[in-house]
Amino acid sequence: MTVTHESTAGMCGIRSAGDLVFRMELQKMKINDAKAYVAQKLGVSVADLADCAQMKEVREQLDIGTTMLRPDGGVGIQTKFRIAELLGIPINSVENFKRHAGL
Amino acid sequence: MSKKYLTRYGDNYVAEMTEAEIREDIEDGTFDAASRGEIPAMNQEEIDHLFEIITSPQKIVSVEPGSEVVVSFDAGTLKFTVRHGAGMDRLQTVLAQERALGSDSIELCHVDYSYKPIKPIISEERQTMEQVQLMATLPVLYGAMPNLGLYTKPDGPCDNWAELLPAGKIKEAREAQEEAIEHAVRDIVFVASQMIESGADGINLDTVGASGDADVKASLEAVRILSQKYPTTGFEMGMAGEFNLGMHGELAFDGEILAGMYPHKQVKMAEQAGVSIFGLVVNTNSSKSLAWNLARVVTFTKETVKVANIPVHANVGMGVGGIPLSLIPAADAVSRVDKALIEIAGLDGL
Repeated sequence: MTVTHESTAGMCGIRSAGDLVFRMELQKMKINDAKAYVAQKLGVSVADLADCAQMKEVREQLDIGTTMLRPDGGVGIQTKFRIAELLGIPINSVENFKRHAGL
Repeated sequence: MSKKYLTRYGDNYVAEMTEAEIREDIEDGTFDAASRGEIPAMNQEEIDHLFEIITSPQKIVSVEPGSEVVVSFDAGTLKFTVRHGAGMDRLQTVLAQERALGSDSIELCHVDYSYKPIKPIISEERQTMEQVQLMATLPVLYGAMPNLGLYTKPDGPCDNWAELLPAGKIKEAREAQEEAIEHAVRDIVFVASQMIESGADGINLDTVGASGDADVKASLEAVRILSQKYPTTGFEMGMAGEFNLGMHGELAFDGEILAGMYPHKQVKMAEQAGVSIFGLVVNTNSSKSLAWNLARVVTFTKETVKVANIPVHANVGMGVGGIPLSLIPAADAVSRVDKALIEIAGLDGL
Protein backbone atom coordinates (compact mmCIF):
# COMPACT_ATOMS: atom_id res chain seq x y z
CA MET A 1 0.00 0.00 0.00
CA THR A 2 2.71 2.46 1.01
CA VAL A 3 4.70 1.76 -2.11
CA THR A 4 1.61 2.01 -4.33
CA HIS A 5 0.55 5.35 -2.88
CA GLU A 6 4.04 6.85 -3.06
CA SER A 7 4.76 5.62 -6.58
CA THR A 8 1.32 6.58 -7.88
CA ALA A 9 0.97 10.00 -6.39
CA GLY A 10 3.47 10.66 -3.59
CA MET A 11 6.37 13.09 -3.52
CA CYS A 12 8.66 10.28 -2.32
CA GLY A 13 10.17 11.89 0.76
CA ILE A 14 13.89 12.56 0.78
CA ARG A 15 14.24 11.11 -2.73
CA SER A 16 12.87 14.51 -3.69
CA ALA A 17 11.31 17.19 -1.45
CA GLY A 18 8.34 15.35 0.08
CA ASP A 19 9.64 15.67 3.63
CA LEU A 20 10.04 19.44 3.25
CA VAL A 21 6.56 19.93 1.79
CA PHE A 22 5.09 17.78 4.57
CA ARG A 23 6.79 19.98 7.17
CA MET A 24 4.98 23.00 5.73
CA GLU A 25 1.65 21.13 5.75
CA LEU A 26 2.24 20.61 9.47
CA GLN A 27 2.34 24.43 9.59
CA LYS A 28 -1.21 24.36 8.09
CA MET A 29 -0.21 25.21 4.51
CA LYS A 30 -2.31 23.51 1.82
CA ILE A 31 -0.40 21.45 -0.73
CA ASN A 32 0.03 24.09 -3.45
CA ASP A 33 1.05 26.78 -0.97
CA ALA A 34 3.46 24.37 0.72
CA LYS A 35 5.05 23.43 -2.61
CA ALA A 36 5.40 27.06 -3.67
CA TYR A 37 6.98 27.95 -0.32
CA VAL A 38 9.51 25.11 -0.45
CA ALA A 39 10.33 25.73 -4.12
CA GLN A 40 11.04 29.38 -3.39
CA LYS A 41 13.26 28.50 -0.42
CA LEU A 42 15.20 25.93 -2.47
CA GLY A 43 15.43 28.16 -5.54
CA VAL A 44 13.80 25.57 -7.82
CA SER A 45 10.51 25.33 -9.72
CA VAL A 46 7.47 23.61 -8.22
CA ALA A 47 7.74 20.98 -10.96
CA ASP A 48 11.27 20.13 -9.79
CA LEU A 49 10.18 19.31 -6.23
CA ALA A 50 9.17 15.72 -6.97
CA ASP A 51 11.90 15.16 -9.57
CA CYS A 52 14.52 12.94 -7.94
CA ALA A 53 17.19 13.86 -10.50
CA GLN A 54 16.93 17.57 -9.76
CA MET A 55 16.42 17.14 -6.06
CA LYS A 56 19.34 14.74 -5.56
CA GLU A 57 21.69 17.52 -6.65
CA VAL A 58 19.89 20.17 -4.64
CA ARG A 59 19.81 18.04 -1.51
CA GLU A 60 23.48 17.10 -1.81
CA GLN A 61 24.50 20.72 -2.37
CA LEU A 62 22.49 21.87 0.64
CA ASP A 63 23.45 18.74 2.64
CA ILE A 64 19.88 18.13 3.79
CA GLY A 65 19.86 14.34 3.50
CA THR A 66 19.34 11.87 0.66
CA THR A 67 18.42 8.20 0.49
CA MET A 68 22.03 7.17 -0.18
CA LEU A 69 24.69 7.64 2.48
CA ARG A 70 27.78 9.61 1.44
CA PRO A 71 31.13 10.01 3.20
CA ASP A 72 31.08 13.32 5.07
CA GLY A 73 27.39 13.75 4.16
CA GLY A 74 24.93 14.80 6.83
CA VAL A 75 22.32 12.41 8.20
CA GLY A 76 19.48 12.75 10.66
CA ILE A 77 19.70 15.59 13.15
CA GLN A 78 22.55 17.26 11.23
CA THR A 79 20.34 17.66 8.19
CA LYS A 80 17.45 19.00 10.26
CA PHE A 81 19.55 21.89 11.57
CA ARG A 82 19.88 23.02 7.95
CA ILE A 83 16.25 22.26 7.08
CA ALA A 84 14.99 24.37 10.00
CA GLU A 85 17.12 27.30 8.85
CA LEU A 86 16.25 26.81 5.19
CA LEU A 87 12.48 26.67 5.76
CA GLY A 88 12.47 29.22 8.57
CA ILE A 89 10.59 26.98 10.98
CA PRO A 90 11.47 25.56 14.40
CA ILE A 91 12.01 21.78 14.49
CA ASN A 92 11.44 20.27 17.93
CA SER A 93 14.28 17.75 17.75
CA VAL A 94 16.73 20.46 16.70
CA GLU A 95 15.71 22.66 19.61
CA ASN A 96 16.09 19.64 21.93
CA PHE A 97 19.56 18.89 20.55
CA LYS A 98 20.67 22.48 21.08
CA ARG A 99 19.42 22.38 24.67
CA HIS A 100 21.08 19.06 25.48
CA ALA A 101 24.36 20.02 23.78
CA GLY A 102 24.43 23.41 25.48
CA LEU A 103 24.44 25.22 22.11
CA MET B 1 -22.58 -6.78 -27.36
CA SER B 2 -21.37 -3.86 -25.26
CA LYS B 3 -17.69 -3.62 -24.49
CA LYS B 4 -16.85 -4.62 -20.94
CA TYR B 5 -14.21 -2.99 -18.78
CA LEU B 6 -12.15 -4.74 -16.17
CA THR B 7 -12.73 -3.16 -12.76
CA ARG B 8 -13.22 -4.23 -9.16
CA TYR B 9 -15.74 -4.36 -6.39
CA GLY B 10 -15.28 -3.03 -2.86
CA ASP B 11 -14.43 -6.57 -1.74
CA ASN B 12 -11.28 -6.43 -3.95
CA TYR B 13 -12.49 -8.98 -6.51
CA VAL B 14 -12.37 -8.31 -10.25
CA ALA B 15 -15.58 -7.54 -12.13
CA GLU B 16 -16.41 -6.81 -15.75
CA MET B 17 -18.79 -3.92 -16.32
CA THR B 18 -20.15 -2.06 -19.35
CA GLU B 19 -19.84 1.70 -19.80
CA ALA B 20 -23.53 2.10 -18.95
CA GLU B 21 -23.14 0.09 -15.73
CA ILE B 22 -20.07 2.06 -14.64
CA ARG B 23 -21.69 5.41 -15.39
CA GLU B 24 -24.85 4.37 -13.55
CA ASP B 25 -22.77 3.43 -10.49
CA ILE B 26 -20.84 6.71 -10.60
CA GLU B 27 -24.10 8.66 -10.69
CA ASP B 28 -25.66 6.56 -7.91
CA GLY B 29 -22.54 6.97 -5.77
CA THR B 30 -22.24 10.72 -6.14
CA PHE B 31 -25.97 11.25 -5.52
CA ASP B 32 -25.79 9.03 -2.44
CA ALA B 33 -23.00 11.21 -0.97
CA ALA B 34 -24.72 14.41 -2.02
CA SER B 35 -27.96 13.30 -0.40
CA ARG B 36 -26.37 12.16 2.86
CA GLY B 37 -24.06 15.15 3.22
CA GLU B 38 -26.40 17.73 1.69
CA ILE B 39 -23.58 18.78 -0.62
CA PRO B 40 -23.22 19.19 -4.40
CA ALA B 41 -22.95 16.04 -6.53
CA MET B 42 -20.21 15.69 -9.15
CA ASN B 43 -20.86 17.61 -12.37
CA GLN B 44 -20.82 15.99 -15.82
CA GLU B 45 -17.19 16.92 -16.49
CA GLU B 46 -16.12 15.32 -13.21
CA ILE B 47 -18.21 12.22 -13.90
CA ASP B 48 -16.56 11.88 -17.32
CA HIS B 49 -13.10 12.30 -15.78
CA LEU B 50 -13.82 9.63 -13.16
CA PHE B 51 -15.13 7.28 -15.87
CA GLU B 52 -11.85 7.75 -17.80
CA ILE B 53 -9.80 7.00 -14.71
CA ILE B 54 -11.77 3.85 -13.86
CA THR B 55 -11.69 2.50 -17.42
CA SER B 56 -8.07 3.35 -18.20
CA PRO B 57 -6.53 0.31 -19.94
CA GLN B 58 -3.34 0.64 -17.87
CA LYS B 59 -3.04 -1.51 -14.77
CA ILE B 60 -1.54 1.32 -12.70
CA VAL B 61 -2.56 4.93 -13.31
CA SER B 62 -0.84 8.03 -11.96
CA VAL B 63 -1.02 11.81 -11.69
CA GLU B 64 0.75 14.26 -13.97
CA PRO B 65 4.27 15.34 -12.90
CA GLY B 66 3.94 18.29 -10.55
CA SER B 67 0.60 17.13 -9.14
CA GLU B 68 2.05 14.77 -6.55
CA VAL B 69 0.96 15.08 -2.91
CA VAL B 70 2.52 14.07 0.41
CA VAL B 71 1.69 10.94 2.35
CA SER B 72 1.05 10.54 6.09
CA PHE B 73 0.51 7.38 8.12
CA ASP B 74 -1.55 5.84 10.84
CA ALA B 75 -0.13 2.84 12.72
CA GLY B 76 3.16 3.96 11.14
CA THR B 77 5.78 1.75 12.77
CA LEU B 78 3.36 -1.16 13.27
CA LYS B 79 3.21 -2.07 9.59
CA PHE B 80 6.59 -3.78 9.22
CA THR B 81 6.99 -5.15 12.71
CA VAL B 82 3.49 -6.33 13.63
CA ARG B 83 1.32 -6.59 10.53
CA HIS B 84 4.01 -8.12 8.32
CA GLY B 85 5.88 -9.90 11.11
CA ALA B 86 9.17 -8.63 9.74
CA GLY B 87 11.53 -8.62 12.70
CA MET B 88 12.95 -5.15 13.06
CA ASP B 89 12.78 -2.47 15.72
CA ARG B 90 11.02 0.82 15.31
CA LEU B 91 14.16 2.84 14.54
CA GLN B 92 14.92 0.45 11.67
CA THR B 93 11.33 0.80 10.48
CA VAL B 94 11.58 4.57 10.37
CA LEU B 95 14.86 4.44 8.44
CA ALA B 96 13.46 1.88 6.00
CA GLN B 97 10.44 4.12 5.39
CA GLU B 98 12.70 7.14 4.88
CA ARG B 99 15.54 5.70 2.81
CA ALA B 100 14.09 2.64 1.08
CA LEU B 101 10.39 3.44 0.59
CA GLY B 102 10.68 7.21 0.17
CA SER B 103 7.92 8.08 2.63
CA ASP B 104 7.14 11.77 3.06
CA SER B 105 6.58 11.34 6.81
CA ILE B 106 6.19 8.55 9.33
CA GLU B 107 4.53 7.98 12.66
CA LEU B 108 6.11 6.35 15.70
CA CYS B 109 3.59 4.31 17.64
CA HIS B 110 3.16 1.51 20.15
CA VAL B 111 1.50 -1.84 19.49
CA ASP B 112 -1.24 -0.96 22.04
CA TYR B 113 -2.28 1.93 19.80
CA SER B 114 -4.25 4.10 22.26
CA TYR B 115 -3.22 7.06 24.42
CA LYS B 116 -4.33 5.53 27.73
CA PRO B 117 -1.96 2.50 27.75
CA ILE B 118 1.00 4.65 26.69
CA LYS B 119 1.06 6.40 30.08
CA PRO B 120 2.84 3.62 32.04
CA ILE B 121 5.51 3.28 29.33
CA ILE B 122 5.91 6.94 28.48
CA SER B 123 9.60 6.97 29.46
CA GLU B 124 10.41 4.14 27.04
CA GLU B 125 8.38 5.80 24.28
CA ARG B 126 10.21 9.07 24.83
CA GLN B 127 13.60 7.35 24.63
CA THR B 128 12.66 5.75 21.33
CA MET B 129 11.42 9.05 19.92
CA GLU B 130 14.67 10.75 20.96
CA GLN B 131 16.79 8.05 19.29
CA VAL B 132 14.67 8.13 16.14
CA GLN B 133 14.91 11.91 15.91
CA LEU B 134 18.70 11.75 16.00
CA MET B 135 18.78 9.48 12.94
CA ALA B 136 15.80 10.58 10.84
CA THR B 137 15.49 13.46 8.39
CA LEU B 138 11.81 13.00 7.54
CA PRO B 139 9.09 14.35 9.87
CA VAL B 140 8.33 11.80 12.60
CA LEU B 141 4.98 12.14 14.35
CA TYR B 142 3.76 10.22 17.40
CA GLY B 143 0.33 8.68 17.07
CA ALA B 144 -2.37 6.72 18.88
CA MET B 145 -6.15 6.53 19.18
CA PRO B 146 -8.26 8.42 21.76
CA ASN B 147 -10.25 5.17 22.17
CA LEU B 148 -12.80 6.13 24.81
CA GLY B 149 -13.93 2.54 25.12
CA LEU B 150 -10.84 1.84 27.23
CA TYR B 151 -12.25 4.04 30.02
CA THR B 152 -15.25 1.75 30.65
CA LYS B 153 -15.45 -0.88 33.41
CA PRO B 154 -13.84 -3.33 34.03
CA ASP B 155 -10.77 -1.85 32.28
CA GLY B 156 -11.53 1.74 33.28
CA PRO B 157 -13.44 3.81 35.84
CA CYS B 158 -16.60 4.67 33.86
CA ASP B 159 -19.84 2.75 33.42
CA ASN B 160 -20.16 1.22 29.97
CA TRP B 161 -22.50 3.29 27.80
CA ALA B 162 -22.74 0.46 25.29
CA GLU B 163 -24.45 -1.58 28.03
CA LEU B 164 -26.45 1.33 29.49
CA LEU B 165 -27.98 2.42 26.19
CA PRO B 166 -29.68 -0.90 25.33
CA ALA B 167 -31.04 -0.93 28.92
CA GLY B 168 -32.71 2.41 28.26
CA LYS B 169 -30.48 4.26 30.74
CA ILE B 170 -29.86 7.25 28.47
CA LYS B 171 -29.00 9.75 31.20
CA GLU B 172 -26.52 7.37 32.84
CA ALA B 173 -24.94 6.56 29.45
CA ARG B 174 -24.43 10.25 28.75
CA GLU B 175 -22.91 10.88 32.17
CA ALA B 176 -20.51 7.97 31.70
CA GLN B 177 -19.33 9.38 28.35
CA GLU B 178 -18.88 12.85 29.82
CA GLU B 179 -16.72 11.36 32.57
CA ALA B 180 -14.68 9.40 30.01
CA ILE B 181 -14.02 12.58 28.03
CA GLU B 182 -12.31 14.14 31.03
CA HIS B 183 -10.04 11.12 31.48
CA ALA B 184 -9.20 10.92 27.77
CA VAL B 185 -8.38 14.61 27.41
CA ARG B 186 -6.03 14.40 30.38
CA ASP B 187 -4.29 11.30 29.00
CA ILE B 188 -3.95 12.61 25.43
CA VAL B 189 -2.53 15.92 26.62
CA PHE B 190 -0.10 14.14 28.97
CA VAL B 191 1.23 11.66 26.40
CA ALA B 192 1.35 14.15 23.52
CA SER B 193 3.15 16.76 25.64
CA GLN B 194 5.78 14.23 26.68
CA MET B 195 6.39 13.13 23.09
CA ILE B 196 6.62 16.72 21.86
CA GLU B 197 9.15 17.43 24.59
CA SER B 198 11.15 14.48 23.17
CA GLY B 199 11.19 16.01 19.71
CA ALA B 200 8.09 14.70 17.92
CA ASP B 201 7.41 16.72 14.77
CA GLY B 202 3.71 16.32 15.30
CA ILE B 203 0.99 14.36 17.04
CA ASN B 204 -1.50 12.16 15.23
CA LEU B 205 -4.89 11.39 16.76
CA ASP B 206 -6.10 8.43 14.77
CA THR B 207 -9.49 6.74 14.36
CA VAL B 208 -11.19 9.68 16.06
CA GLY B 209 -14.86 8.95 16.67
CA ALA B 210 -14.51 5.17 16.94
CA SER B 211 -16.43 5.34 20.23
CA GLY B 212 -18.86 7.96 18.97
CA ASP B 213 -19.27 11.69 19.41
CA ALA B 214 -17.68 11.67 22.88
CA ASP B 215 -14.50 10.32 21.26
CA VAL B 216 -14.57 13.27 18.85
CA LYS B 217 -15.23 15.76 21.63
CA ALA B 218 -12.29 14.47 23.70
CA SER B 219 -9.95 14.71 20.69
CA LEU B 220 -10.98 18.25 19.80
CA GLU B 221 -10.64 19.43 23.39
CA ALA B 222 -7.20 17.80 23.69
CA VAL B 223 -5.94 19.38 20.46
CA ARG B 224 -7.22 22.78 21.54
CA ILE B 225 -5.14 22.55 24.72
CA LEU B 226 -2.09 21.15 22.93
CA SER B 227 -2.11 23.59 20.02
CA GLN B 228 -2.15 26.51 22.44
CA LYS B 229 0.64 24.94 24.50
CA TYR B 230 2.77 24.05 21.44
CA PRO B 231 1.80 26.52 18.68
CA THR B 232 4.54 25.50 16.21
CA THR B 233 3.91 21.74 16.45
CA GLY B 234 1.62 20.03 13.94
CA PHE B 235 -1.49 18.05 14.91
CA GLU B 236 -3.09 15.55 12.55
CA MET B 237 -6.58 14.19 13.19
CA GLY B 238 -7.72 11.11 11.29
CA MET B 239 -11.35 10.15 11.59
CA ALA B 240 -12.92 6.73 12.19
CA GLY B 241 -15.88 7.06 9.85
CA GLU B 242 -17.66 9.33 7.42
CA PHE B 243 -20.00 10.72 10.07
CA ASN B 244 -19.85 11.10 13.85
CA LEU B 245 -21.89 8.42 15.60
CA GLY B 246 -24.25 9.96 18.14
CA MET B 247 -23.58 7.65 21.07
CA HIS B 248 -24.22 10.66 23.31
CA GLY B 249 -26.13 12.82 20.90
CA GLU B 250 -25.99 16.17 22.68
CA LEU B 251 -22.26 16.89 22.82
CA ALA B 252 -21.17 20.11 21.14
CA PHE B 253 -17.89 21.84 20.29
CA ASP B 254 -17.97 25.63 20.00
CA GLY B 255 -21.75 25.44 19.98
CA GLU B 256 -22.04 22.88 17.16
CA ILE B 257 -23.60 19.46 17.86
CA LEU B 258 -21.00 16.84 16.89
CA ALA B 259 -23.27 13.86 16.26
CA GLY B 260 -24.08 13.26 12.61
CA MET B 261 -21.39 15.54 11.18
CA TYR B 262 -20.02 14.51 7.78
CA PRO B 263 -16.42 15.29 6.70
CA HIS B 264 -17.05 18.81 5.37
CA LYS B 265 -18.36 19.78 8.82
CA GLN B 266 -15.90 17.66 10.79
CA VAL B 267 -13.02 19.56 9.17
CA LYS B 268 -14.34 22.92 10.38
CA MET B 269 -14.42 21.65 13.97
CA ALA B 270 -10.89 20.35 13.54
CA GLU B 271 -9.74 23.73 12.23
CA GLN B 272 -11.28 25.55 15.16
CA ALA B 273 -9.56 23.21 17.61
CA GLY B 274 -6.12 23.89 16.06
CA VAL B 275 -5.64 20.79 13.92
CA SER B 276 -2.99 21.18 11.19
CA ILE B 277 -3.93 18.25 8.90
CA PHE B 278 -7.42 16.71 8.74
CA GLY B 279 -7.72 13.03 7.83
CA LEU B 280 -11.00 12.47 6.06
CA VAL B 281 -12.68 9.06 6.07
CA VAL B 282 -15.36 7.76 3.72
CA ASN B 283 -16.34 4.14 4.28
CA THR B 284 -16.02 1.58 1.48
CA ASN B 285 -19.08 -0.56 0.74
CA SER B 286 -17.67 -3.99 -0.14
CA SER B 287 -20.77 -5.04 -2.08
CA LYS B 288 -20.64 -2.04 -4.42
CA SER B 289 -18.29 -1.37 -7.35
CA LEU B 290 -15.13 0.73 -7.30
CA ALA B 291 -17.03 3.24 -9.46
CA TRP B 292 -19.82 3.63 -6.89
CA ASN B 293 -17.45 3.85 -3.94
CA LEU B 294 -15.02 6.23 -5.60
CA ALA B 295 -17.80 8.55 -6.74
CA ARG B 296 -18.97 8.84 -3.13
CA VAL B 297 -15.45 9.50 -1.86
CA VAL B 298 -14.72 12.12 -4.52
CA THR B 299 -18.00 13.89 -3.73
CA PHE B 300 -17.36 14.09 0.01
CA THR B 301 -13.66 14.93 -0.46
CA LYS B 302 -14.20 17.70 -2.98
CA GLU B 303 -16.58 19.54 -0.66
CA THR B 304 -14.30 19.00 2.34
CA VAL B 305 -11.24 20.35 0.51
CA LYS B 306 -13.31 23.29 -0.74
CA VAL B 307 -14.37 24.45 2.72
CA ALA B 308 -11.10 23.62 4.51
CA ASN B 309 -8.42 26.17 5.34
CA ILE B 310 -6.03 23.41 6.42
CA PRO B 311 -4.61 20.49 4.39
CA VAL B 312 -6.94 17.52 3.94
CA HIS B 313 -5.50 14.00 3.68
CA ALA B 314 -7.76 11.11 2.71
CA ASN B 315 -7.61 7.91 4.73
CA VAL B 316 -6.92 5.47 1.91
CA GLY B 317 -6.17 2.30 3.79
CA MET B 318 -7.92 -1.04 3.68
CA GLY B 319 -11.70 -0.47 3.50
CA VAL B 320 -11.82 3.33 3.51
CA GLY B 321 -11.54 6.07 0.92
CA GLY B 322 -12.71 3.80 -1.89
CA ILE B 323 -9.86 1.34 -1.28
CA PRO B 324 -11.23 -2.24 -1.38
CA LEU B 325 -11.96 -3.92 1.93
CA SER B 326 -9.09 -6.39 1.88
CA LEU B 327 -5.79 -6.92 3.65
CA ILE B 328 -4.12 -6.86 0.22
CA PRO B 329 -5.91 -4.20 -1.84
CA ALA B 330 -5.24 -4.41 -5.57
CA ALA B 331 -2.75 -1.81 -6.77
CA ASP B 332 -4.88 -1.00 -9.83
CA ALA B 333 -7.75 0.07 -7.58
CA VAL B 334 -5.45 1.93 -5.16
CA SER B 335 -3.83 3.93 -7.94
CA ARG B 336 -7.26 4.91 -9.36
CA VAL B 337 -8.38 6.13 -5.95
CA ASP B 338 -5.25 8.30 -5.60
CA LYS B 339 -5.56 9.78 -9.07
CA ALA B 340 -9.27 10.57 -8.74
CA LEU B 341 -8.94 12.17 -5.32
CA ILE B 342 -6.06 14.39 -6.41
CA GLU B 343 -7.25 15.34 -9.90
CA ILE B 344 -10.99 15.73 -9.21
CA ALA B 345 -11.23 16.49 -5.50
CA GLY B 346 -8.01 18.53 -5.11
CA LEU B 347 -6.73 16.57 -2.13
CA ASP B 348 -3.66 17.81 -0.17
CA GLY B 349 -2.32 14.39 0.83
CA LEU B 350 -2.95 10.72 1.33
